Amino acid sequence: MIGVGAETWLILCIALPFTLAVAAYVVGPRANLYVAWLAGLAIPLASAGLCYGVVTEGAIRYAVGGWDQPLGIALHADVLSGLMVLLSAVVGLVTCLYGHRYLGGADDASSRSYWPLWLMLWGALNALFLAGDAFNVYVTLELVTLASVGLVAMTGKAVSVRASFRYLILALAGSLAYLLGVALLYAQHGVLDLVMLGEQLGTDWASVAACAAVTVGLILKAALFPMHFWLPAAHGSAPAPVSAVLSALVVKASFYLVLRYWLDVFPASVTDVGSFVLSGLGAAAIIWGSVQALRTPRLKLLVAYSTVAQLGYLFLVLPLLRDAAQRDAVVTGLICLALAHGLAKAGAFMAAGAMQRVAGDDGMHGLRGVSVSTPVAVFAFALAGISLMGLPPAGGFGAKWVLLDASIASDNWLIAAIMLAGGLLAAGYIFRFIRVAFHTEEFAGSVVTRHRTLEWSAMALALAALLMGFLVEPISIWVANAGAAGTTQLAEVVP
Amino acid sequence: MLYAFGGVALVCLGLYGLVALEHMLRRILAVNVMGTGVFLILIASAARAEGAPDPVPHAMVLTGIVVAVSATALAVALACRVAEQEQEGRPEGEVKP
Amino acid sequence: MTASVLMPLIVLLSSLVPAVLIFLLPADRHWLRGAMSLGGATLKLAIVAIMLWGVFHEQTYRLTIPFLPGLPLTLHADALSMFLITLSALLWLFTTIYAIGYLDNAPHRRRFFGFFSLCVSATVGIALAGDLLTFLVFYELLTLTTYPLVAHRGSAKALQAARTYLTYTLGGGAVLLLATVWLYHVAGTLAFREQGFLNGLVAEQGPTLTVIFFLLIAGFGVKAALVPLHGWLPKAMVAPAPVSALLHAVAVVKAGAFGIVRVVSDVYGIETSDQMGLLLPLTLAASFTIVYGSVRALAQDDLKRRLAYSTVSQVSYIALGLSLGSPIAALGGIVHLVHQGVMKITLFFCAGNLAESAGIYRVSQMRGIGRRMPWTMAAFTVAAFGMIGIPPLAGFVSKWHLGVGAAAANQGWVIAVLVTSGLLNAAYFLPIIHTAWFAVENSVNGKSDDHKDAAEAKWPLLAPALFTAALSMIIGLFATADASPLTWATLIMRREFGL
Repeated sequence: MIGVGAETWLILCIALPFTLAVAAYVVGPRANLYVAWLAGLAIPLASAGLCYGVVTEGAIRYAVGGWDQPLGIALHADVLSGLMVLLSAVVGLVTCLYGHRYLGGADDASSRSYWPLWLMLWGALNALFLAGDAFNVYVTLELVTLASVGLVAMTGKAVSVRASFRYLILALAGSLAYLLGVALLYAQHGVLDLVMLGEQLGTDWASVAACAAVTVGLILKAALFPMHFWLPAAHGSAPAPVSAVLSALVVKASFYLVLRYWLDVFPASVTDVGSFVLSGLGAAAIIWGSVQALRTPRLKLLVAYSTVAQLGYLFLVLPLLRDAAQRDAVVTGLICLALAHGLAKAGAFMAAGAMQRVAGDDGMHGLRGVSVSTPVAVFAFALAGISLMGLPPAGGFGAKWVLLDASIASDNWLIAAIMLAGGLLAAGYIFRFIRVAFHTEEFAGSVVTRHRTLEWSAMALALAALLMGFLVEPISIWVANAGAAGTTQLAEVVP
Repeated sequence: MLYAFGGVALVCLGLYGLVALEHMLRRILAVNVMGTGVFLILIASAARAEGAPDPVPHAMVLTGIVVAVSATALAVALACRVAEQEQEGRPEGEVKP
Repeated sequence: MTASVLMPLIVLLSSLVPAVLIFLLPADRHWLRGAMSLGGATLKLAIVAIMLWGVFHEQTYRLTIPFLPGLPLTLHADALSMFLITLSALLWLFTTIYAIGYLDNAPHRRRFFGFFSLCVSATVGIALAGDLLTFLVFYELLTLTTYPLVAHRGSAKALQAARTYLTYTLGGGAVLLLATVWLYHVAGTLAFREQGFLNGLVAEQGPTLTVIFFLLIAGFGVKAALVPLHGWLPKAMVAPAPVSALLHAVAVVKAGAFGIVRVVSDVYGIETSDQMGLLLPLTLAASFTIVYGSVRALAQDDLKRRLAYSTVSQVSYIALGLSLGSPIAALGGIVHLVHQGVMKITLFFCAGNLAESAGIYRVSQMRGIGRRMPWTMAAFTVAAFGMIGIPPLAGFVSKWHLGVGAAAANQGWVIAVLVTSGLLNAAYFLPIIHTAWFAVENSVNGKSDDHKDAAEAKWPLLAPALFTAALSMIIGLFATADASPLTWATLIMRREFGL
């Protein structure tokens, strides 16, 4: 990182994946291996550089092409976005390895479309996390949608094509609701920059309406209950590396935006009713998602429903943000929860994919006794499950601890109780699979073919999720520092 | 102001269509109607009391239209694929893209 | 100074590293796997011996690892932790030898030994935990690592038992998590301190602290099998014998009992909790559990189930001792932590030998088995006599101190509970012993076929049982010797009560 400024890393984070995506498309599947290696090494390096810069030097703003606001496009990186970029980098790196092995043969049609689409998605995600103005967010949001829909439909199976169509239509509706909110904001205030908007918003009805439109649009895309119905089909029917990215990163992008807006833009306009409605929906999502995960007959659907439930946590604790004393703790908890879930869920999907490869199918019945054939994948699934259940020392535990502390401190006992109940429900569906895997019945699938790369990729992510608990403290320090810096900045601006 | 209300009406119409309609093409159209409504609201917001209208919303709408066109193209392509598969009567089968 | 940091780490890693290596080894490298398990166990025992000496001479062993904001993971060796850690290190070595013999030629041995080592690492972590958060972390890890052991056989019954086990323990864990976070919120610290760290808060936060106390006890009570939270324990008997031995003697129930000890003595402080009136409900719960477990044990024909209910009963002696608020009773409770462990593991080793060598699972099948398997039954008899509390065996020492302590605390009725329980113990152990030694093998009803060709168990199964039986005799006979558990427990009590 010596000699290269954080701004350079910022641009590379966005430019590299897009360039490679185009290159992968032009050169075609012959270059898949090189593209995979290049992307898997270069983009995470740039992301790590950016994250390091943000943590050590504070938030960065960059005006693309030297055009300043309100005309130009601003990029903005702070601790929140830096960590999200880093999450994409870690998941992305492993996805590159896994995807290359999973899709195998270069002639396969799906592997031809995989690399351009996936790198496009990666670039779009980074651009979304780093976008500094409301409209730019809309564009990146659409890019993310288009790339992910393409990935879901990639295999051309009827189930996935139908799922992807539904996903596309709903995502478009969500984006348009978001755009409507942006239009209201612009009509009102004449600026699009997120930070500037935050300084101007009030409690008038136009601001509240804009806030509502933006939030509704985003939660539709973040699959918050009861708008989750498209998610299990889309995530469950996609190929495993795609499901991993969708569950770990794509829905997280929409959540990131909700958090970004609620923290930086809307604090003045968010009403208690609004935040409690979201919280209630989050609670419903935890319970409904878990119950569905306990009943579904297929492993990948189980993991997908678990995503619905885990997203519920992120919304459940939003009311705690209203308590200024707990703000930093809640932000820390939310970031950790999002990161831990991203790592664990990607690991779980990859493990499911590895088992599916061996069993030929992901039906629970056919996976009986699968631990004989793919012990590493089953182990990885269980380790990822520890984080999803929120048991120590996983990242999910650290996040849950911080959030529980915050909810007790602000006397929100119901939220605390739901968090604990959610952990038990998660244990229910995780161990539902473990029981199946431990079954003594002779395993029906192939015992000979092992997919070591697939299994160990899943293991790497699961271990990362497990050890992420030790990152909670540094993250809390970064968040506190950034919060302090933000307050002083404001103090300088206000007089 | 008239345009803005027209835009709101279009958004509502599109939303209704999205919820009520079953057929794939109709749903694509509904999304497009909704999108047009939003664009109309944006254009209406560009009006100023005096002088030339604000150019930024125009740029936004242009970008938005480009995005909408590509999204619609993708949606139509997917709808075509589904229709093909239904015609071939093998909804679960593999189809080469 | 470095040694004081490194020691706890080495103790933890001496079973964690073998666990990881075992998982990475190919499944058919049995010899190497056994060598690693045994090597780790021996190394651990050696380090523990050094630490024992150090702790006795007031040396501090302390290691902190940054974890949650403001709450590092703390491994700290005090007199109480050394007590549990010595027990687990010693019994782990025996159980490993036993397990290698027991699982000869069984499937999934890699998984078994891997999780077995992980389970011991978690127990070590529990013993060394310097604050409640660290305790909680390892406590939950223990739950997770024992699950595959209980489910090991993979049969429908085993999976069902493991599910019950998990439901109970994870539920308890959730309660514990809530109580811990709440306590942290109220007290601002979680670090264990002799005589507790809440003294200053009782005046203003009394009711809250009372609620937290019972949440904590309920959370730990699940693993300590306090009635009505004991339901998982008899079911978990489907696990292989070494696992049952470990669950009952060292790891799981001991973790729960140890948690109760920690809460009463190092979070609230025995005197503080006595003043708050928190101890009487605990005494009642423990007494009820003692009698209830014994009564249920009477009715079991399945040998391992009978032993399981016996555990339910015996482990509550520890909670009982702590709850009486008198130093002597507490001494009896603490020392029972080790005494019960040594005796109960012997009984489970023997039960495993009977099942393995003679196919005997029920008490009614044991007629005359003493003559065919004399060594096994001799070990069994010694341990059973110890459990009943016959002098001079280990169980007597614990019960004696409990009784004297109860008298000192003016709770005479507790002595009645102890006597009742002793009689009940005799009522369910003596018939077994009688059947085994004196009953004639009945050849008329065909039952003799059960162990027609039964011979004494092979030495890896027999040696650990004999050794622990001998140990339970020695620690009872030489209870006042310098290196005995009782002396060490006295040291703990001196430090706890600040005497």
